[in-house]
Amino acid sequence: MRNYIIKRILLSILILFFVSFIIYTLLRCLPSSYVETMAQQLSMAPGAKPYEEWLAQLKGQYGLDLPLIPGYLHQLSNLLTGNFGDSWKFTVPVVDKFASVIWISFIMGGIAFILELIIAIPLGVIAATKQYSKADYAISVFALAGISLPTFFFATLLKLVFSVKLGWFDLVGLTGRDFYQLDAVGQFFDMAHHLVLPIVTLVVVSVGSLMRYTRTNMLEVLNSDYIRTARAKGLSEKKVIYHHAFRNTLIPLVTIVGGSLPGLFSGALITETLFNIWGIGYTSYTAMTAGDIPFSMFYLLFIAVLTLAGNLISDILYAVVDPRVRIA
Amino acid sequence: MRDNMDDLKGKRNDGEEQLSLNDDRRVKVLSPGTLVAKRFFRNRLAVIGLVILAVMFIFSFIGGVISPYGQDEVFYRYDYQAKEYAAVTENTDFRYTSAEGQNFSGMLQAQFMLAAAKNETSFTYKDVTYSVAKEGEDFYVISQGNTVLALAYKDIVNAEDASTKLSFDFQRAALKAYTNEEKSFAVDNKEYTVDENGGVNQGGNSVAYISRFVVQSKVSGVTFTRDFKEQLAQAIESDQEEFTFTNEEGTYDYTLVYDADTKSYSVKQEKETQVFDTYSFPNKAHWLGTDRNGMDMLTRLMYGGRVSLVIGFIVVFISAFLGIILGGVAGYFGGWVDNLIMRVVDVFYCIPSMPLIIIMGSAMDGMRVDPQMRMFYLMLVLGFLGWPGIARMVRGQILSLREQEFMTATEACGISIPRRIFRHLIPNVIPQLIVICTMSLGSTIITEATLSFLGLGVKFPFASWGNIINDVSNSFVLTSYWFVWIPAGICLLLTVLGFNFVGDGLRDAFDPKMKR
Repeated sequence: MRNYIIKRILLSILILFFVSFIIYTLLRCLPSSYVETMAQQLSMAPGAKPYEEWLAQLKGQYGLDLPLIPGYLHQLSNLLTGNFGDSWKFTVPVVDKFASVIWISFIMGGIAFILELIIAIPLGVIAATKQYSKADYAISVFALAGISLPTFFFATLLKLVFSVKLGWFDLVGLTGRDFYQLDAVGQFFDMAHHLVLPIVTLVVVSVGSLMRYTRTNMLEVLNSDYIRTARAKGLSEKKVIYHHAFRNTLIPLVTIVGGSLPGLFSGALITETLFNIWGIGYTSYTAMTAGDIPFSMFYLLFIAVLTLAGNLISDILYAVVDPRVRIA
Repeated sequence: MRDNMDDLKGKRNDGEEQLSLNDDRRVKVLSPGTLVAKRFFRNRLAVIGLVILAVMFIFSFIGGVISPYGQDEVFYRYDYQAKEYAAVTENTDFRYTSAEGQNFSGMLQAQFMLAAAKNETSFTYKDVTYSVAKEGEDFYVISQGNTVLALAYKDIVNAEDASTKLSFDFQRAALKAYTNEEKSFAVDNKEYTVDENGGVNQGGNSVAYISRFVVQSKVSGVTFTRDFKEQLAQAIESDQEEFTFTNEEGTYDYTLVYDADTKSYSVKQEKETQVFDTYSFPNKAHWLGTDRNGMDMLTRLMYGGRVSLVIGFIVVFISAFLGIILGGVAGYFGGWVDNLIMRVVDVFYCIPSMPLIIIMGSAMDGMRVDPQMRMFYLMLVLGFLGWPGIARMVRGQILSLREQEFMTATEACGISIPRRIFRHLIPNVIPQLIVICTMSLGSTIITEATLSFLGLGVKFPFASWGNIINDVSNSFVLTSYWFVWIPAGICLLLTVLGFNFVGDGLRDAFDPKMKR
């Protein structure tokens, strides 16, 4: 087991190396006039250095004056020594900016994820046990509709109904206008109030796939021999489903849930942008559209690390949870 | 036996031929394809999905042909718009006209002002004494000795015909008559009459008019008639905010707005102008109204559907092509080839596609890439990022298929390796491939729409369902013009739902373990 984990981690590092190389190359391939534009803009700021100095500094900072491979190695050594550079857009070190916005994304994602689990697993189990019933059809349609809903359309609909027509929530933002006059409890509730619509959006859009996943796995388990045995023994249907079948359905569920945990830190790009909530997603979107190379680079790498971590966790959990899986 | 058969035939009671139990004709033979189709059509959701897709395809591909309007045809409407027409200032400063051959300099003007303010009858400047005679209300004649130097006045004498220059004597006489409210005066042996509005007439013809208001034109090539100015003056004096004026061009409404800062009135003319027919509500000519550029919404929706569907198909085609080749090669050869390709797949899995496309989109914004080229790049990038999932699936299937006997048979027959992979292995993967492609069509359409919504995908003048909805970033559109974004969203939702329903139904139908 330990050898397996070590092997996987080493492999992940190798993959990360290539991913970072590809990301670097792509960002290098952005037209060089891009850095020039950036330097132009930076030199326009009051009291800034002249254009040539900015250009030289930016090129030097990101190894753009070097050829591709040495440039990448230069950048890599920067990254390995923990020097992630300063964000062009926010003019603070990239890591500081990240640390300041990541928590709201995590809280939002976490709450949405817990709600998804609470909704998806029971509904998935019901759909599977009553296959082809009206309930199954209704749940399937709901799940597929959730998968098919474009986030931006659903969020806009929610805004129209609950913010504009009913006036229950503010249209955008994380805090109300009198946020700073409130005490700590009031501030907490104000933020919670503003997070309702984004979380509803996240839940509805992503609950469908988890529901489908639960249903498929539950169906597979229900068709297996040991369930037939359990029924043949004369166990009650309740015991068959919740004692024998559901526990086995949990195996793939636990792995997928474990695998999505790192993803909670990656932020919800579209939802945050639509609701103007300064989490990782919206911050990165702003940085990316503004051509903030250091920030974008760090963000892309960060997401890649999270994806790798998610895969690793789900593979390891799979081996840990399911006693039938033996890893050589 | 024969007797038996005849006997059976005799016994038939439902008009159908009775067959023996082991007769082949009793068995209805169904090909695997028919079985799949049967299972598929038994699934209600899948059929609904298929119908939705059929409708969307007809709507997008045939609708665009039938629609009487073009994709980027702009419509206009006539609208009353208030345009700046003129500015009116009430003259509060003295104006001066010097007599022929005389010069009344700025210094003298300043001295005169002081004298007039103190009601003095003379002032001295550089040892010369000038006399000031008040000849009427705000009307002075300045002379040096017996020579008349200049006139100072606030009411302005305008010639009826702008090209004639009014003589000094005429101005003096006219002003004198007007400021003293006299009805007539004579200059150069000609009799003139003055009416209470300041009009100066000679024998029934109007020659000039006197008014304290200065009217400046804000529209080039417009001169104001005396009638217009008189009506304007009346409106200002009676504090009217609106008035109507008719001339040979037609009747127009004018509104007056007083600006306290500049102490002037601005006159706006309500004129019918041709404007873009933006955000017009659904009507007979435009069933879903028009968008922000005055283009027909329904037609845009049709063309947008075309773009969204075509992009979806091309992207899925590219990724399926790459995925089949790489997955097939990896699965068939195994060993280091498999390892290499699978690591590439891992690397691609880790590249966050959405942020990457956003960066590329904004870079293309910066480079001002032509919208058509942009669409091609978008398809290429999405296709190139989509293949790893398909490759993984194809490889997994082929790994198990290549161990089966029919593969040993192909080897024994000496069939070439590419033929073995693409003629004998891949066709066995087709069912799963169709399912995965149908599902990814839906997600590709969502991705494209999201990008276009963010303004980084398909760009104007091309329509796409995403960039149609993009209009709601203007919150006024969000609240007031539902027809701009809700239909596009519903089209998008229905299409993706259709693909998912069909994909789901196909998966169930292809699954031989399925009981129904």
